[in-house]
Amino acid sequence: MSPELVSLLQLTLNGLATGAIYALVALGLVITYKATEVLNFAYGDVLMASAFVAWGLIVGLELPFWIAALLTVAFAAVLGWQIDARVMRRIVGQPHFAGVMLTIAIAFMVRGLVSMLFGPESRSYPTPWTQQSTHLGPVVVSDLSLVILASAMAMTVLLYLFLRRTALGVSIQAASQNQLAAYLSGIRVKRVTSLVWALAGAAAGLCGLLLAPIALVDISLWIVVLKALAALVLGGFGSIPGAILGGLLLGLIEQFAGVYLPDGSKDVAAYVVLIVTLVLWPRGLLGEAHGRRV
Amino acid sequence: MRFDYDTSYRDGKRLLRYPSQKWTYAGLLLLLVAVPWLLPKYYVGELTYLFILSIASMGLMVLSGYTGQVSLGHSAFVAVGAYAHAWFLTQGLPFLPSILLATGVSALVGLALGLPAIRVSGLYLAMVTLAFAILIEHVLGRWKSVTGGFNGMPVNDPVLFGMDLSGLKPFYFLCLTCLVIVLLLLVNLTRGKTGRAFVGVRDSEAAAASLGIWVAGTKVLAFVVSAAVTGFAGALLAHHVRHITPEGFNLLLSLELVLMVKLGGLGSLRGAIMGAFLIGLVPPFISQIKPLLGDRIAQQFGLEIFFFGLILAVFVLFEPKGLNGRWLKLKAFFQTFPLYRKDVFKRGKSYMKSERYR
Amino acid sequence: MSLFSAQGLALRFGGVHAIRDVSFTVEQGEVFAIIGPNGAGKTSVFNVITRVFDPSAGSVVFDGVEITRVPRHRVVHHGIARTFQNIELFEGATVLDNLMLGCHRFADESFLGQCLWTPKVRETEARLRAHVEDVIDLLDLAPHRNTLVTGLSYGVRKVVELGRALATRPRLLLLDEPASGLNPEETRDLAFWIDDIRTDLGVTVIMVEHDMSLVSEVADRVLCMHLGEALSTGTAAEVQSDPRVVAAYLGG
Repeated sequence: MSPELVSLLQLTLNGLATGAIYALVALGLVITYKATEVLNFAYGDVLMASAFVAWGLIVGLELPFWIAALLTVAFAAVLGWQIDARVMRRIVGQPHFAGVMLTIAIAFMVRGLVSMLFGPESRSYPTPWTQQSTHLGPVVVSDLSLVILASAMAMTVLLYLFLRRTALGVSIQAASQNQLAAYLSGIRVKRVTSLVWALAGAAAGLCGLLLAPIALVDISLWIVVLKALAALVLGGFGSIPGAILGGLLLGLIEQFAGVYLPDGSKDVAAYVVLIVTLVLWPRGLLGEAHGRRV
Repeated sequence: MRFDYDTSYRDGKRLLRYPSQKWTYAGLLLLLVAVPWLLPKYYVGELTYLFILSIASMGLMVLSGYTGQVSLGHSAFVAVGAYAHAWFLTQGLPFLPSILLATGVSALVGLALGLPAIRVSGLYLAMVTLAFAILIEHVLGRWKSVTGGFNGMPVNDPVLFGMDLSGLKPFYFLCLTCLVIVLLLLVNLTRGKTGRAFVGVRDSEAAAASLGIWVAGTKVLAFVVSAAVTGFAGALLAHHVRHITPEGFNLLLSLELVLMVKLGGLGSLRGAIMGAFLIGLVPPFISQIKPLLGDRIAQQFGLEIFFFGLILAVFVLFEPKGLNGRWLKLKAFFQTFPLYRKDVFKRGKSYMKSERYR
Repeated sequence: MSLFSAQGLALRFGGVHAIRDVSFTVEQGEVFAIIGPNGAGKTSVFNVITRVFDPSAGSVVFDGVEITRVPRHRVVHHGIARTFQNIELFEGATVLDNLMLGCHRFADESFLGQCLWTPKVRETEARLRAHVEDVIDLLDLAPHRNTLVTGLSYGVRKVVELGRALATRPRLLLLDEPASGLNPEETRDLAFWIDDIRTDLGVTVIMVEHDMSLVSEVADRVLCMHLGEALSTGTAAEVQSDPRVVAAYLGG
């Protein structure tokens, strides 16, 4: 194989690896959006908090990785449940803007608490896949990236099936479209909504657990949620397959922009993609169109 | 009880209709003018900063509170106004033309954002403005030749008509004057046909179009006015901090502005100012209480962010109409005493309705 | 020459034909009613006339002007105003503000003039206010003048929307289900108002309505629509006794 082709392949693989991260985060965001039409700005901070919890368990308490992983995800799920049950539930019925504001408030509080409790230093912790990579012919990919990609794909399939095929999933969609009617149809709306938040929390926990070894356990970990937003927009807001497609594409765009476009383009590529997509193709690639009847 | 005994239609439009209002605002103005001689230097400086924040907040209020266009990226306009003004000053322009030009540049950037924003609304607009602000921050950081990159730019002192306004007292009065002027201009705009058109676009685009309001044009106008006012505040801010860097105009500033507008009460200029004061006073407040808290908590920078989150949560949950709403309720309480009923403002039970499918 | 003429209107959303080949004319000073079951395309006709949608075919001519080429926000300048099926009031504003917005097309206030609140602007505002007060008098809205629209009862909100449309000084008024949700007393008031609007103000009215007694009382001619098509046109009595209309809509 020619060197150019090899480097192209490597670039593509790197793009997919980064993209898998964005896809995984985007999937968690999509869950809450599909269920409550609220964009959960606190997602990145729950993610970040989970990373710190994982650090505390693995490095602080020296628990085995898998036990720490389970506990982290459980912690995040409980956190998500509590956020809905104690806080988000109180503003039911108000315009969605209020919900978004509230998630921003929660995000701030989580971020503030974590930085107060843990301080500003960056940390890291080992995983079974750290420093390990697989060779696919002439190209290399880190094992952790493979795990992330696998998780993203598994989550996509599971979520898609859950929402479309199970009664619980259908009731989640029903509650998101007309809550009063859902109540009247016998759906335990509050319970269902909290379940969704718990699921989203668990997803955030998983993301934090897997991302931190790559990006370091740091307060700024929450910024990945902004890139995930760009991924969601690209793939089509509210679409689960769109989340993973958008994520992978965004990763590819970033990597290629870093090599072929002027210096600094890589940092802003995601945001340019977001703006351009929303202005020119608001539905994204796989998204739904909605309008208002008058 | 307070009744309206207007005897002419013009009376209905007057800003200060009752003697009590006139006295209150006159007294407030007098107090503010007297502050530099009454309070220590630290407070004068703080108040100046609050005035600048108020102007920026009013700018965002026009866009979000009146026209209903969400913007999570208004720090971009503060930055553009600040950098443009600082750059014009280095090119030798006098203070007044420089600040007016900087306002114009900011207005143009507002136009650049407003035009594509016509097609985008709600959550999507929030994301576009957010991304736009991050983009501007990056551009400013990399455009080394003009902005000095991440090291930032020093700002020359303001000199108006030969007077050096960089001193504590002169700058305080400059900002106070600017605040009053901007407030009056905006109050007039919002009670005229444009202000009504803004509210029309916010509440129902379909109805607004059927009444002859050019919705797209109104949205763009709101962006331009909002960007101009916020850019103007940015230019003043440049003088206040004396050395501007891109980090000073980050995402947190955007969100602080949104907090000011939301906590102040959407749709009210008075609310914008109250919100600005509330948010602007959080950092000094925190530095006051830090000695009282445990050493562990006090030394982290997270306390400020936590407080912002807490205040926002409290307001969203308990006072969604913001400080202005609380103010109006208090006024109603005193005006209708002792017949005030809490339930007048009680929200009925409501259920979530999808905003995607209607 | 009719004041208003719709010829061969058609509207499609993908595979859904909301309107198929609908034609009708309305004369000056007439009250013209469009009836039909839900989904017949009645509101779609209104939406085409007021340029919410572009028709897939057909033309709308009002007083010699081809309306389908007019931009959406210029429709009211030609003298066409409308009310909405689901009330589209400006919820954050008072009744007075809503009505003042109805006068938007008469408000020639320059941007700078507003900022400086010049005497000309002050005079314009007073003039608009006087005009709005005429509408308030006509519709008995005086007790609610300074009330926020959100706090009003459904019947009053419908009247406010009617008032706002009247404030635009229309020559053609499109009323979309004006009596829906109103009790018999309010419906009676509405009948009187529609008559006043036609007689005193010289406004031509096209209304979509389900309340057949109201239609019989005020309408000069009626068009019945069904599944996007025009079924039958004539006086109220003629249309109501048309067997096709009875089969599709009225029953009995």
